[in-house]
Amino acid sequence: MKKLSTPLIAIALAATMAGCAKKPPETLPPEPVDTTSGSDTDVDPTANQQTGPTPGSQEDFVATVMSDRIFFDTDKFNVDGEDQRVLQSQAQWLSQYPNVSIVVEGHADERGTRDYNLALGERRANSAKNHLITLGVAASRIRTVSYGKERPQALGSNESAWAQNRRAVTVTVR
Amino acid sequence: MTQRFPALTAFLTALFALVVLPSPAAAQLEGTVTDDSGRNQIAVAVPALPTPQVLPTAAGTTEQLGKQISDVIVADLRSSGLFDPVGRNRVRAIGYSEVTSPAFPYWSGRNVESLIQGFVRSNGDGKLTVGCYVYDVALGSELSRHGFIVEPADWRRAAHKCADSIYSRLTGESPFFDSRIAYIAETGPKDNRTKRLAVMDSDGANHRFLTSGGTALTPRFSPDYKSILYLSYSGGSPAIYIYEIGTGKQRLVTRTNNATFAPRWSPNGRNILYSMAIAGNTDIYRISANGGRTVRLTNSPGIDVGGSYSPDGSKIVFESDRSGSQQIYVMNADGSGQRRISFGGGRAATPEWSPRGDLIAFTKIAGNFRIAVMRPNGGGERVLTNSWQDEAPTWAPNGRVIQFFRTRRGSGKTSIWQVDVAGGEERRLKTPVDGSDPAWGPVRP
Repeated sequence: MKKLSTPLIAIALAATMAGCAKKPPETLPPEPVDTTSGSDTDVDPTANQQTGPTPGSQEDFVATVMSDRIFFDTDKFNVDGEDQRVLQSQAQWLSQYPNVSIVVEGHADERGTRDYNLALGERRANSAKNHLITLGVAASRIRTVSYGKERPQALGSNESAWAQNRRAVTVTVR
Repeated sequence: MTQRFPALTAFLTALFALVVLPSPAAAQLEGTVTDDSGRNQIAVAVPALPTPQVLPTAAGTTEQLGKQISDVIVADLRSSGLFDPVGRNRVRAIGYSEVTSPAFPYWSGRNVESLIQGFVRSNGDGKLTVGCYVYDVALGSELSRHGFIVEPADWRRAAHKCADSIYSRLTGESPFFDSRIAYIAETGPKDNRTKRLAVMDSDGANHRFLTSGGTALTPRFSPDYKSILYLSYSGGSPAIYIYEIGTGKQRLVTRTNNATFAPRWSPNGRNILYSMAIAGNTDIYRISANGGRTVRLTNSPGIDVGGSYSPDGSKIVFESDRSGSQQIYVMNADGSGQRRISFGGGRAATPEWSPRGDLIAFTKIAGNFRIAVMRPNGGGERVLTNSWQDEAPTWAPNGRVIQFFRTRRGSGKTSIWQVDVAGGEERRLKTPVDGSDPAWGPVRP
């Protein structure tokens, strides 16, 4: 797969999800102002932009897989067909780089109480982890961490933003 | 001077002594001023506390301290919502000799029901003596007297103790002003908030940040105020630490690769409840504050989280979504006898047992998030606030006031508020930056 920039991936992803109730809405809100904060956007500083991302890097991962994240319904943590295709693409990439480990970050939207959201983030991260294991990724390569509602991706207080924030994000660790 | 006013010295015996002398019997005061909630407020005059001799102290002169103490008493009484206090800017100054012989006719002519008089004296050893007298103007009699010996730097505590004695004498309720609050101080953009552990007095004074950066959440003061349980991401994953206030040292409550969160003390401070997620399933556990063996208290496949002991330590109220949505359950302290108590509609979260034992405060989620209370059997639900997102109630040590935090829609900015459990006006607590996750400690000894 030829590399795509992250926004293009996001738009393509959004397009494939049109009409699916649980997914982020068809019309994406503006990009977050600050994209340097979350670990999900970290890039390999050694990557050379002119020749493409370094193979096996986080940037390569993001550019190659369908998406680095899956999304959930309110209070839900099940992995549906769309999520399975995303995780399949992640597992495929991971099979090419057996030395790369991952952290799956589980997140909740702001419309939940703090402790419950921490538990919910754990559930979501483990759902993604368990599915990756069924796809052949060794459990020893996967760590989970829940951020509850502490690290929103979309900053609004509306259904569209909340749908983007109920997520499990895969981040590579070298 | 002291010979002319023996009452001023007779009751002062120990360091930060609190000695109650017998007071003439007096009827409980009936209020006459009515606020918006229809509740009677007691009209109280609090003149500046005079001093027998203006002397410098480490915290200012005794005369200045007498004014400041009056101001703190007025602010405390007003914040309770039960009083209509009149401070030193609206009443005449009193002389030192007047402290024990109030001008009752003067005050009754000004519609004052209760009169607070006191004094500030610098002792030879550098400490302060603060006297605090409560008078019933209509009866022309003394209701209570207390004396407090404090370091000058602790003058606010003497003011809070005086306000507590007034509050208790006039309302019949237990005191709560001389207490502290741990909370999370928030700064930075919504998607990258810095959340620091912080502490302050119940009125927001003596504020201190305890951690510098990163993400700290859900603090809880130990019953003796010596340490704070809280969640930190400093190790990369959510884990519970005990922070020792005196030394600044901290340690993990339990060593595990699993996420631990939602820490709570038992009423005697010997045990700690925490929630732990294993392979995505969260249950509630108990461990001794000194470490050792962990006891699992819940084992449902749902999320069981949080927990708050009844004041006698025999029961625990907690939150679970085993029924399909967040609801509130009660169990015995050993985990047996788990049963759901919340059936009021919507979801119910973050239960906290009142220190009086009579009520459970919680977050009611039905559209918006509101603070509500119910009896421990689930009956008598009352909603106390109405905003977009009010969350995480914590009780004043006397069980009459509830603090919580409010999140603003859109910006995600947070602030700490309090409301009387009987209902009425919501008051915002001033904090240097945004604040969340308040946790009220007990009355200080």
